[in-house]
Amino acid sequence: MIKQEIMDILHRARINGWLMEPEAKRVFALAGLPVPRFAWAADLQESLQHAARIGYPLVAKVVSPAVVHKSEVDGVGVGIADESQLRTFYERVSGLPGFAGLLIEEMAAGMELIAGAKLDFQFGLIILLGIGGISVEVYDDVAIRMAPICPADVEMMLRELKGEKLLSGFRGKPAVNREKLVRVLVDFAALVQEMVPYIASIDLNPLLCSGEECIIADARIMLGEVFVRTGGPDTSFVR
Amino acid sequence: MNLAPMLAPKTLAVIGVSAGNDRHPANVIFSKNQLRYPLATYAVNVKGGLLDGEEVFSSVSAIPTAIDLAVIAVRSAYVPAVLADCISARVKSAIIISGGFSESGHDELQDKLVSMATQADFPFIGPNCLGIYSPGVVDTFFLPAERMVQPAAGDVALVSQSGGVLVDLLVKFAVEGVGISSAVSIGNKALIRELQLLEFFEADPRTRVIAFYVEGFARDEGRAFVRKAARSRKPVIVLKAGKTDAGSRAVASHTASLAGDYRVFSAVLAQHGIIEARNELELVSFCEALSCYPETVIKGRVGIISGSGGHGAMAVDVCVSSGLIVPRFGDVVQQTLRQTLSDNIRAIASVANPVDLTGSAAENDFIAAVEAFCTIPDIDCILLLMLPYLPGISSDLGARLGKVFRRHGKPLVAYVPHIEKYRMLIDGFELNRVPVASSIESAVHMTRVLGRGRQ
Repeated sequence: MIKQEIMDILHRARINGWLMEPEAKRVFALAGLPVPRFAWAADLQESLQHAARIGYPLVAKVVSPAVVHKSEVDGVGVGIADESQLRTFYERVSGLPGFAGLLIEEMAAGMELIAGAKLDFQFGLIILLGIGGISVEVYDDVAIRMAPICPADVEMMLRELKGEKLLSGFRGKPAVNREKLVRVLVDFAALVQEMVPYIASIDLNPLLCSGEECIIADARIMLGEVFVRTGGPDTSFVR
Repeated sequence: MNLAPMLAPKTLAVIGVSAGNDRHPANVIFSKNQLRYPLATYAVNVKGGLLDGEEVFSSVSAIPTAIDLAVIAVRSAYVPAVLADCISARVKSAIIISGGFSESGHDELQDKLVSMATQADFPFIGPNCLGIYSPGVVDTFFLPAERMVQPAAGDVALVSQSGGVLVDLLVKFAVEGVGISSAVSIGNKALIRELQLLEFFEADPRTRVIAFYVEGFARDEGRAFVRKAARSRKPVIVLKAGKTDAGSRAVASHTASLAGDYRVFSAVLAQHGIIEARNELELVSFCEALSCYPETVIKGRVGIISGSGGHGAMAVDVCVSSGLIVPRFGDVVQQTLRQTLSDNIRAIASVANPVDLTGSAAENDFIAAVEAFCTIPDIDCILLLMLPYLPGISSDLGARLGKVFRRHGKPLVAYVPHIEKYRMLIDGFELNRVPVASSIESAVHMTRVLGRGRQ
């Protein structure tokens, strides 16, 4: 069963057709998936307060229903070192269309992967795992499975990736924590299985994986057309 | 729904024959079944009369026998009434040849047929299809018999969303000597679809391999199909058309743009152990190989025998790029192999794998090499590239090698150029259930797919 709090967030997002990053992260946090410590600040004052609590250096991102791809409008600040840098960043992005505040977030590091889910017309819910980041479409290195998936499926998906070597400690880099990666994927797949009547697709991109952890550094949830239009579940896919 | 009367009918009614047009689809179907098939065939037209001296019944209910299968070839507007007749006359199934339904925007007319049939638990195939060709059983294709190229009876069931593609595939099956149990054109697949036919052929004792040509599944339909196919004891092969996404859709999420329709299709087939043929040639090769060895599972280590170094080298290239392994034999194996060869070639043959027996090889050298390969544990499949024009070889070689698999359990795949002159050599292999390819590449496709049979 989906938690009522998650359903409330989904309903509130119908007006935009998709969940902005702090909304999506709240959903994943509620479902017990790993996200960085974050806060959604409405203005500069709140931004500075949250930043002081989370600690510099940090990540700041523009929140706007009009901005789906934040990096395309230079709306992501990574490694913001102090108050003055945060002020400068705020000044710059607060003029972007639809500006609805800043996401203030702790820094996370690791190899950039992408995990995703999509309601496929012919096969229903599918889960995707690949080499991610903003160049995801250039590498085009992904493995796809029809849901539901089990840990063994995720292992097979990892073996299918051309870039698998990068995950297991390539050229002195530490290997990613495979156990945690598998866990995140399986938990994510289980959550989206419940969300099938409400969504069209979901990106966790990047999913940052290091030797210690796998954490959802950015996320986007696109809502299903029937849910957006009617507020009710789309029951045309068998679960 | 019980599909047995539809796929193996004893009695057939052809509804919509024309009194004046011999080329009318219904007339062609009536005539070929009446003259060439062992089932009782009846012509139906509301006006009655005679057709080629046979009584034309005014309706299906006027026929004095119980009808297993009705072929409906009347104009679309009349189809619902004819279908109602069939149902009330306790006909057991129908094939609706007529077009003019959802393919031309008349969804409501098609929905009407589906709801009538569902209510009466009455199976029908189509509309807008060719129906069924089953060698020696029934043929509802409206193509004149003299124009069709028909494969022999065999054990591949072929189901196609396109009638045109199906007929063309049958030509290729015939040319390559692949026999079929049934070929079914499902057209608009309004009621009976891939899933039900998969279930039927899974249980059909005449079928060992089930192949599909699919253009697309309906919403969420693919899910049930792949789940069923994953549990099938028989190999399931799918050729998907429409691999390129039409136009660039504006998609906001990376996942949606990375996971395009075909990519998902292909990945989901692989996930469920369904064999994907990338093109028609692969489909035919896969069907031939798996109908000979449906339960053989190999690890993909190939031993190659030829009478020409170039053929061996080309085969190795295709094998390696297809993920197969061609292991080089060790000294002991090479020595043993060499000892089995005739004096004539013992010194000049290459025996490291690929094995090149040279153009001086005699027939017994090929036999000896294949027999020796059967005992070499480094390989689990034998690829034999036959050059039938070599002076030392006779047309008997195919039949002489035909029992290798049954004796030793190691599958053999042969390449022989497919021209009439070499027919007896090819038949020697094929009649003993050794697959014969018409190109080196197809022979490698056949070998590759052997790793994909069901245990």
